[in-house]
Amino acid sequence: MGTVTAPPPPPGPTTTGGSRQAISVFRGDIARRALIDSLLKLDPRVQVRNPVMFVVELGAAITTVTWVIQLAGGHALAGHDPAWYTFTIAVWLWLTVVFANLAEAFAEGRGRAQADTLRSMRQDTVATMLDGTTKRADALTRGDRVVVLAGELIPGDGTVVEGIASVDESAITGESAPVIRESGGDRSAVTGGTRVLSDRIVVEITQEPGQSFLDRMIALVEGAARRKTPNEIALGILLAGLTLVFMIVVVTLRPFGLFAGTAISDTTLISLLVALIPTTIGALLSAIGIAGMDRLVRRNVLALSGRAVEASGDVDVLLLDKTGTITIGNRLASEFIPMPGVAEAELAEVAQLASLADETPEGRSIVVLAKQYGLREHDMSALGATFVPFTAQTRMSGVDIGGQQLRKGAGDAVIGFVNAAGGRPPAELQPALDRIAREGGTPLAVARDSQVMGVIYLKDTVKEGMRQRFDQLRAMGIRTIMITGDNRLTAAKIAEEAGVDDFLAEATPEKKLELIREQQNQGRMVAMTGDGTNDAPALAQADVGVAMNTGTQAAREAGNMVDLDSNPTKLIEIVEVGKQLLITRGALTTFSIANDVAKYFAILPAIFAATWAYAGSHGKGPLSVLNVMGLGDPRSAVISAIVFNAIVIPLLIPISLKGVQFRPIGASALLRRNLLIYGLGGLIAPFIGIKLIDLIVHNLLGA
Amino acid sequence: MTVDGWLTIVLFIVVLTALAVPLGGYMAAVYSDERTWLDPLLGGPERLIYRALGVDRERGQDWKSYAKSLIIFSLVGWLLLYLILRTQTVWGFSGLNPEGFHSMPANVAFNTTSSFLTNTNWQYYGGETTLSYFSQMVGLAVENFVSAAVGISVAVALIRGIAGRSGRSLGNFYVDVTRTLLYVFIPLALIVAILLLSQGVIDNFRAYVSFKGITGVSQTIAMGPVALQEAIKLLGTNGGGFFNTNSAHPFENPTAFSNFVEMLAVLVIPAGLVFTYGKMVGSRRQGLSIYSAMMMMFLGAVVVVYIAEAHGSPAQHAAGLHTAYVNGAGGNLEGKEQRFGIASSALFNVVTTVTSCGAVNSALESFTGLGGAIPFADLSVSEVIFGGVGTGLYSILLYVLLAVFIGGLMVGRTPEYIGKKIEAREIKLVVIGLLVTPLAALVSTALAVSSRAGRVSIDTAVTGHGPQGFSETFYAYLSQANNNGSAFAGYSGLVQPRAGNLGAHGIGLADYLGGFTMLAARYIPILFVLAIAGSLAAKRVAPTGLGTMRTDNGTFVVLLIGVITVVGALTFFPALLLGPVVQGLTGHLYP
Repeated sequence: MGTVTAPPPPPGPTTTGGSRQAISVFRGDIARRALIDSLLKLDPRVQVRNPVMFVVELGAAITTVTWVIQLAGGHALAGHDPAWYTFTIAVWLWLTVVFANLAEAFAEGRGRAQADTLRSMRQDTVATMLDGTTKRADALTRGDRVVVLAGELIPGDGTVVEGIASVDESAITGESAPVIRESGGDRSAVTGGTRVLSDRIVVEITQEPGQSFLDRMIALVEGAARRKTPNEIALGILLAGLTLVFMIVVVTLRPFGLFAGTAISDTTLISLLVALIPTTIGALLSAIGIAGMDRLVRRNVLALSGRAVEASGDVDVLLLDKTGTITIGNRLASEFIPMPGVAEAELAEVAQLASLADETPEGRSIVVLAKQYGLREHDMSALGATFVPFTAQTRMSGVDIGGQQLRKGAGDAVIGFVNAAGGRPPAELQPALDRIAREGGTPLAVARDSQVMGVIYLKDTVKEGMRQRFDQLRAMGIRTIMITGDNRLTAAKIAEEAGVDDFLAEATPEKKLELIREQQNQGRMVAMTGDGTNDAPALAQADVGVAMNTGTQAAREAGNMVDLDSNPTKLIEIVEVGKQLLITRGALTTFSIANDVAKYFAILPAIFAATWAYAGSHGKGPLSVLNVMGLGDPRSAVISAIVFNAIVIPLLIPISLKGVQFRPIGASALLRRNLLIYGLGGLIAPFIGIKLIDLIVHNLLGA
Repeated sequence: MTVDGWLTIVLFIVVLTALAVPLGGYMAAVYSDERTWLDPLLGGPERLIYRALGVDRERGQDWKSYAKSLIIFSLVGWLLLYLILRTQTVWGFSGLNPEGFHSMPANVAFNTTSSFLTNTNWQYYGGETTLSYFSQMVGLAVENFVSAAVGISVAVALIRGIAGRSGRSLGNFYVDVTRTLLYVFIPLALIVAILLLSQGVIDNFRAYVSFKGITGVSQTIAMGPVALQEAIKLLGTNGGGFFNTNSAHPFENPTAFSNFVEMLAVLVIPAGLVFTYGKMVGSRRQGLSIYSAMMMMFLGAVVVVYIAEAHGSPAQHAAGLHTAYVNGAGGNLEGKEQRFGIASSALFNVVTTVTSCGAVNSALESFTGLGGAIPFADLSVSEVIFGGVGTGLYSILLYVLLAVFIGGLMVGRTPEYIGKKIEAREIKLVVIGLLVTPLAALVSTALAVSSRAGRVSIDTAVTGHGPQGFSETFYAYLSQANNNGSAFAGYSGLVQPRAGNLGAHGIGLADYLGGFTMLAARYIPILFVLAIAGSLAAKRVAPTGLGTMRTDNGTFVVLLIGVITVVGALTFFPALLLGPVVQGLTGHLYP
């Protein structure tokens, strides 16, 4: 890093939070489309992918057939059930499947709306090749070189190999301020569908047809490219296993009942089965996954796989670049150190005068600091000042004013200047310069003619709020490691100031890669952000590699996520989304299973109300006392349980789309909290819900 | 309820824990191949055994190889035992068949062989009227030792898998079985046998003694080599009594002290293994959290049974029998031995039904409705409250993995247990491993109650086809599926007109269905447990952080108990309703 020249300011907005708005589920067109889709998804070929809901659909089909037979006057399958009972159960079983489909369709609908917006950006463009011929944009292949002029759309993803231009990327980032794209360096990647606003660039295409960034993004938000993530697969197995257990429980209940002289109808057995199998989580599982992806897209992060999103919830170590991420990236004046015989205010005034024309952030910061000494801005033209700009040869800048030469610059350059003017730098100068360098700052010496006035302390400033962010990460169980090219001392000082857990000083791409491997060998999951080509190997090695959209094509391809805002602290939000995804699944699974207890207490006493009744027990069997909810009669009890089971699905759609909130309060506290809400809540809620529904059903039946 | 009764329970738990902790540490040394103080004595014989078997003790086995050895070993054991039971008459020359008993019928022999091989020790027969001393000693007693050692070896393999650092080896099956027998079972069995002998347990080869009692009725008193077999029956959580009445028989369990020793013998290894586990995975707290979960469920069961039995049944209240003064305590004394009383009977039966022991010192079917429902509940949670030797630990670890998975999701991380990620493969194995036992119990009960061939086993003379008939059948298959072996008496698989098998025949469905249930419910989970061990052994260990769900604190203990009880309750609730719950809710007697 240079000593005086500022690194480029961090690109993109520094505030976090998506520029994309959540699309309301209740938008008319989405709701309409979702309703249609939820019916189309009744196709058994679709349902069979979700064993839990497939069983429900099968049950719905059987009860429907039973009802049709009853209508035709037959009694097969129905037993002693009245037709209205079979019909009611059949309707609610179908509704259960439809509600599940609706949840998925809503989630997909939101994604599709996002995709439509993106698709409208994709226009058929004609690319001008380097040799002057033209080619349709969708026929471009890797390696083609195209020329793009101001006002034209860039025909495909690629790297700028010649020229510099400002580009409007709002189509994909939602950020309206244009960005600079230039050949060479770390900001050479351009995205198809974005518009060149000025100048002319030559772009080498890096994509194959139909594989562009925009294409992938559309496929992703639509859910077309969605594959089940590892934890989703594991949970799916658990749910299928539970479904199998309950099938055996229900199938064996018939002979058990017959032994006790109680015949149980197919309709009632199917109802019991549907009530027991984890329909709630089974219905919402895919919606949760799609919604998680959608939440990322809304935060302007593009995950190239669902696996990466899930992995982000597991991250143990976060590697962050110091410059631009932890520190502002510009060094700001923080202190004036006068030499003996010079007043601090005098030094401040000289420094201010020497910096007035300096438009670099450092220069401006000197002027700002000097203001604290009560110095107001001088009217330079009145003083007849001549500015001396910074050059790489002199490594100084300043002003000639009133016959005096004021200069500020690197220590050795100013010493040379003073020597040349016949002066002698004071003995205190060198120790002051050394001390600042040692502390990680940048010293600027200030001279007036042959006299060294003092030193300006330029400090690497930690961004506001970083310490809180790291504290938050630590509470989530994530360690932050700062990566910097600075020497150890400087790195240690800034690391302490920023509150990171560890740092890697004098970092090179190899050292970075080595650090990641080392952490991974210790079993840790590593996340990092990067933008440069030399970050690419590390991005590829990290478990979660977030490439900045402003970065090079190599970096974007190496990572498994792209942050369209190019905001390095976005990782914190990504981690939250990943955790939320898992928490939502776990919480609803717990809720679903806990619900079963109440459903047993609703349905089993209903089935066995008259079992083992004896003379003098008024037709009531001993098990009827287990009707703790006091449900009206056996049939309304079964119907109420099934109705509760069905309507709890749409009631939980908002939670599954929004996600259960993640709180950085430590795993144990989080577990306790979710166990209380979803475990205990899941035990209690259905007792209340089923009772309320029974009050309605029972009265409707007029029993 | 009496103060004495509660003190017995408290004293038992204190002594048990005090013994289990050092035993657990000792076993950790045994299975980590470290030197123990018994090495100078046993190292020689141990090396001799390896040389004879051609076992290279340094050669570790991956899970498939370990499982293969286990299956071959078990198969050989099964054939040998079956052969002994079927050729009982042939071994008369040894002098170990003084009563001249005939061989067991084929179907009962199938059931009995499967029963002892699987550590179930379900008995359709009465020992003193069916088996010669040779069959008891060379057949059953040996299998008592060996089947228990197999159970422990599986648990140890799983521990190594969890503790393993990116390896494939789970240890060597033959080494584990040998070391279990030499360093754990034989020394402990000798100690327990001597303590029992001191209380009056018999150990001889004499013919049965016949005499005329003071009432002038002639009686026969059975004899036999009881003490050592009794010791391993308890230590190996086998539970198959030498005599038909099991630990209620005065020659098996003569005094209150022997009763206390027997209860300790049942639980000390299962409880100790939990501490072995903690030590071997490098975190005593992990072992402690499992121990706490087990102990809480155990205490809950003991308290309920004791209160229920001390209170007595509604019928006893109606007849005024509950206040009968016996040793200062009233309550339900039907089917209980006066020398044990209510507290020790309640405690003993909880001890043997939470473990896969299944020994009894009183009649379970004579317990009150609630008191009798607890053994059902103990079995419904798949023997994880201490459980069988080895089986209890590996079964609860399956539940632990399930709890870790659900809880892990709720804290927003891919679930990890002791640093190992629990992924789709493990969940698949855990789910199947956990399902086999309950499914086997439900399906075999359904077959038995719905078929004429199954219903003939029900004791119709006493109970008809009322809820008791269902309870008997359900308990029989629940007990066999859990490899427990205790029974709600009445369900039979052997028709024996007189002692000694002459003219005896088995009841085919009960014998074969039970036999296959025991074999399936023992070996299928074992294979899945070993597969999980193999899968975990190869995994990298992730360090724990603030974001990792802890499995060594109270929250996890609560979650674990919740998962165990909810899964058990959801699976068996309907069946329990039709059996013990109906019986508990009504005083009506069904014809």
